[in-house]
Amino acid sequence: MTDTYSQFSVLSLYSAMGLYAIAFILFTLDLSGVASSKARLARIALSLTWLGFVWQLIATVLRGIAASRVPWANMYEFAMTGTLMIMLVFLVVNLKWDIRYLGAFITGFDLLALGISATRYYVEVVPLPPALQSYWLVIHVFVATLATGFFALGFALSLAQVLQERREQATTEKQSNRWAWLSRLPSSITLENFAYRLIIVGFVLWTFTLIAGAVWAEKAWGRYWGWDVKEVWTFIIWTIYAGYLHARSTRGWRGSRSATLAMIGFAAVIFNFTVVNIFFKGLHAYSGLS
Amino acid sequence: MSPQSDTVTNPRLTLVGWLRWFWRQLTSMRTALLLLLLLAIAAIPGSLVPQRSSDPNGVTQYFADNKDLAPVLDAFQLFDVYTSAWFSAIYLLLFISLIGCVVPRVAHHWRALRSAPPRTPANFSRLPASDSFITSVGRTSAIERAHALLRRQGYRVVRYDTDARLTVSAERGYARETGNLLFHAALVGVLVTVGIGGGAGFTGQRVIYEGQAFANTLLAYDSFNPGRFFSASSLTPYTVRLDSFTTVYEEKNQNAIGQPTDYTAKVTVQLKDQAPESTVIKVNEPLRFGNTDIYLLGNGYAPQVTVRDVAGDVVFRDTIPFLPQDNNLTSVGVVKLPDGLTEQLGLVGFFYPTVSEGHSGAFFSMYPDLIDPMLTFNVWKGDLGLNEGVPRSVYALDTSNMTKLTGQKTDLASLELRPGETVELPEGLGSITFDGVKKFVSLDVHNDPAQGWVLFFALVSLGSLLLSLFIPRRRIWIAVTETAKRGGFAGTTVEVGALARGDDATLEARVSDLVAELKTELGT
Repeated sequence: MTDTYSQFSVLSLYSAMGLYAIAFILFTLDLSGVASSKARLARIALSLTWLGFVWQLIATVLRGIAASRVPWANMYEFAMTGTLMIMLVFLVVNLKWDIRYLGAFITGFDLLALGISATRYYVEVVPLPPALQSYWLVIHVFVATLATGFFALGFALSLAQVLQERREQATTEKQSNRWAWLSRLPSSITLENFAYRLIIVGFVLWTFTLIAGAVWAEKAWGRYWGWDVKEVWTFIIWTIYAGYLHARSTRGWRGSRSATLAMIGFAAVIFNFTVVNIFFKGLHAYSGLS
Repeated sequence: MSPQSDTVTNPRLTLVGWLRWFWRQLTSMRTALLLLLLLAIAAIPGSLVPQRSSDPNGVTQYFADNKDLAPVLDAFQLFDVYTSAWFSAIYLLLFISLIGCVVPRVAHHWRALRSAPPRTPANFSRLPASDSFITSVGRTSAIERAHALLRRQGYRVVRYDTDARLTVSAERGYARETGNLLFHAALVGVLVTVGIGGGAGFTGQRVIYEGQAFANTLLAYDSFNPGRFFSASSLTPYTVRLDSFTTVYEEKNQNAIGQPTDYTAKVTVQLKDQAPESTVIKVNEPLRFGNTDIYLLGNGYAPQVTVRDVAGDVVFRDTIPFLPQDNNLTSVGVVKLPDGLTEQLGLVGFFYPTVSEGHSGAFFSMYPDLIDPMLTFNVWKGDLGLNEGVPRSVYALDTSNMTKLTGQKTDLASLELRPGETVELPEGLGSITFDGVKKFVSLDVHNDPAQGWVLFFALVSLGSLLLSLFIPRRRIWIAVTETAKRGGFAGTTVEVGALARGDDATLEARVSDLVAELKTELGT
């Protein structure tokens, strides 16, 4: 029975990836401006993304049923749930502000992450080792992946902001028509505001992750903080985003510079998830890979 | 540039002047930002190089693998990054900068909390957000209703009127700055309580096998790390006995056969002069007892062996914890026999809970549970090195002054024993019996008197972070003036202006909402 569920989970995930792939192409065409009916293209792409999200949600839930636990206990499952959260944050935020211009980035990023983890990091369902048998697995890891969702959007918006700022400068210097596709995006100020408002949510969630992780570490490992590699990188990420918040109120650091910090912050999140999980030795050795 | 102009542009600073300049630099936002980023960068090496605090064996291995590089790294304290002089310098400077920044702001905020909102500016168009409309309501009635509306919305309000212009000045969101200051103060609280806890507490490790007990005293621990201000008299007198230890292995899931899914240590604990109580320690479920926390961090097999001399008299009988080497618990241990036999003997043992033989003839364990256990020994003869006063690990045998008698590269096969079996030692030295197997657990005993406070300050920082990020701090002004007669119609102009303090992306939306609310209020 376990096998059947996990097989259906894989099938659903591939369906989701197929839908994301089509959505990615449509979002990219929409950005490039080659299609004449732009608005319709983005609308179709967004619908496909919603559909893909539903399939990915089904895939994740089935994986959880197959394992009789939360579906985030190894590398493959982290990737599945993590990208699901990124997608969720994107789709929900898009209900409030129109950020379809990020669709190409988000679908592309999720597609890449899911593709790599499904081919390289897939592991069969196995029971939880005693160290992970705790309700903190549900809380700590879930909030961490949710924070990742907000940071991912913050990254995309900050990147767009930096490019937009360059274009705005170029436009005032009368060298216009550079990066014309950016003209369909909001101004760099608006992008910066959006990025900030998402990153502060991510930062609060990350702070919670850090505290919850310490509480769990005290129960499982007998100390709340021990500079394990994962703890080190969680701390580094927290410090980078704290730097981002300070940069926004430091003269000369608003704009591109603080946006760069937001991008470095997300790069560190990805580093923490990939390189630290796979190559570094530490107590958080739960990738499920050997 | 002449020397004269130099003296003009750079007046000599006195020592106090320099200090003041330095203090101002240190407590500036730019310095705080740079220190934060520096702290993030400085933390990285600790994840690249093994640390003595979290991975002491990794450090030893690193020294063995990189004989030239390791001492250089060590000179820069790279194996103790988080207690190093340079890392400490960064975070201490950061915290001094933080305190220097926060203290004046506390004073300033205290005054702001007790003072009225500021006077209404003359020109609203210079504010980041403003709007106006005309109403037919009289100006006194208009300003009074605006005043009441803002008050209802939680603003602190005050009227500033002149003959021509009736205004209300309003401010809200003081909690934003309160949260900001509290957040930074709570971080100081975290740092201080972490320091206190590390100094006053201790951690100790102890291995016990089933049936064995240990007392919470300094001597009973296998290893013990006291904080700087720890005193041995603070150890609560109690004993812990391991009654049984059970592991549950996965048996159904084909992808995880033999994977442990549960560890349960049944223990009896007893405070001095109190009745004993039976309880359980599990991973993720430490035992909080006698001012300490007892954690189950490791386990393995401890074979019981008896050694007899030629006459058949017992010279050694003990239960020896063997260290697990792989997932199927192939375990390695050492038996040292310094006295009783005609020679000093060292026995390097391998224990296989479920033994199997590979193609090469080497044994391995194919399952972690006790299905078909076997114990093998390689025997060494010579000087165990126990009389030199050098501390020796009980888990390792120094064979530099010893000769191998059995096993590979000798004429004799290794000793092989099933439970209950006895075999002769080589060279007619005596015999060894494998009496049986017990499980052992490795317990960590911790005491950190301040960790509850660390959690308290961490939660305060989280709560105050929410205030400081999500509560908007705004000043709103509403001014009403008589509109000049225009085509026989006299009305009242209502102006709304707003200023955000700190990041506030929704200020303009708030102004337009407020205008709409005012229009409804005034029936316009």
